Amino acid sequence: MNYWRWPLGGVLLGVTFFLAVVLVKPIGVSTQFVILDGLIGSTVNPELVAPAEGSKSGYASSNAYLNKSGGKYAKNVANPLNYGLVFVLSMALGGYLGRKQSGQTLSAIDQVPTVHRDNFGGYAAVRYLMAFIGGVVVLWGARLAGGCTSGHMMSGMMQTALSGYLFAAAAFAAAIPTAVLLYKMRRS
Amino acid sequence: MDIVLAIVLGALFGFVLQRIGAADPDKIIGMLRLSDLQLMKTILTAIGLASSLLFVGLALGWVVSSHLSVKNLYTGVLMGGALLGVGWALAGFCPGTAVVAAGAGRKDALFFIAGGLCGAGLFMVNYQSLVQTVLFETLLGGAVTLADTGKYQSLLNGVEGLWPALLVSVVFIVVARALPGAFRG
Repeated sequence: MNYWRWPLGGVLLGVTFFLAVVLVKPIGVSTQFVILDGLIGSTVNPELVAPAEGSKSGYASSNAYLNKSGGKYAKNVANPLNYGLVFVLSMALGGYLGRKQSGQTLSAIDQVPTVHRDNFGGYAAVRYLMAFIGGVVVLWGARLAGGCTSGHMMSGMMQTALSGYLFAAAAFAAAIPTAVLLYKMRRS
Repeated sequence: MDIVLAIVLGALFGFVLQRIGAADPDKIIGMLRLSDLQLMKTILTAIGLASSLLFVGLALGWVVSSHLSVKNLYTGVLMGGALLGVGWALAGFCPGTAVVAAGAGRKDALFFIAGGLCGAGLFMVNYQSLVQTVLFETLLGGAVTLADTGKYQSLLNGVEGLWPALLVSVVFIVVARALPGAFRG
């Protein structure tokens, strides 16, 4: 793939993070998985989130997590067409446009990454299962930490937040040995 | 107006992540197994540049400090960060890059997102029993920055925030430049 090299990529990624803070607020993603879960939950249980007079945001939830910080998440579930969720949905559009601009066709995408193929073979089902499990672990961890690679690592370190530096240190300290052990082989 | 900005900034962020290869699990796993450090160089450059622009903007008054949002530091930041690291290495996606990859047409990213919704949902259920534990104990004063932003508590209170921030930024960019393309094959 003809990806941008680090000087160009680094400058454009850095400018994007800066623009987001200047215009609105630091970029973050993982909270929106909670908001989406809240939306899904609301269709099953319409009473999950409801207006509440006593709460700071004006909304409350029977779920303690949606209800925390004065019902901040509950409010976003009740009004999903807000900045945070639309931003994350629009990232998918950006991914589509990026692939188009690079000239890569949809059929040229290898659904099983090369490094996965080298270590676990070309079975798509195995790759999908590992991606699913990875998703469970990443989002549970991100919610415990209160942010992910975007919010803690990039936006956090950009503001020189101690939480950002220590989050990044913990994430890489766990990720590097995991990747080295799990993906031992590289044939191609 | 907020929604227009959300669409434009979200698409820009997604576009850039796609074009630097951050939405490609081969590039992420290559970085984490130290066999392809191009993305690491990109990320370090981005943080260094964004941080120096931000603190120059704050010093000149172009950026209002009310837009900043520094996250609390507590035990769970370290534990959760480590867990995220394990899953990140396993899948080669993080929450944002999976959304971008799904938009670009990667099917494995859809499985990651489905798993992510389950993981976040599980945490929502677990939260009440975790919130009183040591996992949510504040560390080192909570929402603290290294360089003074004028909004949060800083380790260097009284020092103009621009200078330590610029120093850290220079270190990030020098390291980005000095890193080799790979540490191993």
